[in-house]
Amino acid sequence: MSTPDNNARRKFIAAAGAGVAGLGFTAIAPGLHLMAVGEANAATEARKAGTAASPAVRWGLLIDANKCAPGCTKCIDACHTENGVSEKLPDPRQNSQWIRKIELVDRRNGRKTELPMMCQHCANPPCVDVCPTGASMKRADGIVLVDRHTCIGCRYCMMACPYKARSLVHVPLTEQNPEVPRGQGCVESCTLCVHRVDKGQTPACVESCPEGAMVFGDLNDPSSAIAKRIASVPTTQVRGDLRLDLGVRYQGI
Amino acid sequence: MKLLRILATALTALIAVSPAPTLAGEGGRTAKPLVEIANPGKCVAPAEEMRRNHMEMLKHQRDRTLRQGIRGEPASLNACIECHASKATGSVLGAAEGGKGRNFCESCHSYVAVKLDCFECHQPKAKFKAAGLKP
Repeated sequence: MSTPDNNARRKFIAAAGAGVAGLGFTAIAPGLHLMAVGEANAATEARKAGTAASPAVRWGLLIDANKCAPGCTKCIDACHTENGVSEKLPDPRQNSQWIRKIELVDRRNGRKTELPMMCQHCANPPCVDVCPTGASMKRADGIVLVDRHTCIGCRYCMMACPYKARSLVHVPLTEQNPEVPRGQGCVESCTLCVHRVDKGQTPACVESCPEGAMVFGDLNDPSSAIAKRIASVPTTQVRGDLRLDLGVRYQGI
Repeated sequence: MKLLRILATALTALIAVSPAPTLAGEGGRTAKPLVEIANPGKCVAPAEEMRRNHMEMLKHQRDRTLRQGIRGEPASLNACIECHASKATGSVLGAAEGGKGRNFCESCHSYVAVKLDCFECHQPKAKFKAAGLKP
């Protein structure tokens, strides 16, 4: 049921995969390289039907908080439409929150920064560590998901998550999108729009952002836009002190 | 003696005209499931195999799709729904058109009294588009 969770082995595979898939050439002798011609760009191409998610890929997001417009909720709207989050409960604290806007205020000068916050898709996710049934899981390509077939709704993962990224569905639902099943008694969170990513598309929030503040791509591929940005500008992992190795990075906070 | 003969004849005649005893399922006490297949012959496996094994097929496929990320397998719940949803109501659940039984999934499941959990989370309507919530 659970995916192998051997960190040393995982890192080795990821590193090996990055070397082959990322660079696009293989050294066959010193100074002599075998170039891969027409190599598929993982970030823009759909995975072939019948193939599993590759551990060589690590999906990630880079969010530029400087570009995030104050008061804009386009990413939240797009997320809720894409994932069929439509219930409005009498107690708004019980509403599902796949993504939310956070305002940071510098108390000394009053400078305000807004940013969207969602599941950070940790490489070492605490929600997976604590799940008693193995429902909370990390896919080979780094996307952290809830297997609702085994989720018992105990909400242990909600307590373990340092980012308050998860929600419990409190009421029976009927308005789900066919590609995004969700229902009462299960915990849920941002899936990085896994159904879109598998088709070669980007997550709904990334596509909807009018400022282009979000970049989606393969963190393991040095030629991808996201990896180039992370290599060239200072980026932050929220609560980096926890050393969870996040898939979502922020710029300008 | 004559009276007895008349009585016997009358009884024989009565038995002859009365209908044959009804079998269960043919308009009797138990209603058979009404299964209507809109696109016959297009299923991923023969009907006998589907009746017996569809739950196993879906169960293995769901684990491969969710946990390993394998997409495009033949046994997909969404593919089942797209094909088997009622043309009138667009759903595999609920009352069928004109009140004749229930729609595809529910007709059999209510007949055999097996709880159908799939649609507590999955969308039973074909080509459904969720509207989403404005925060």
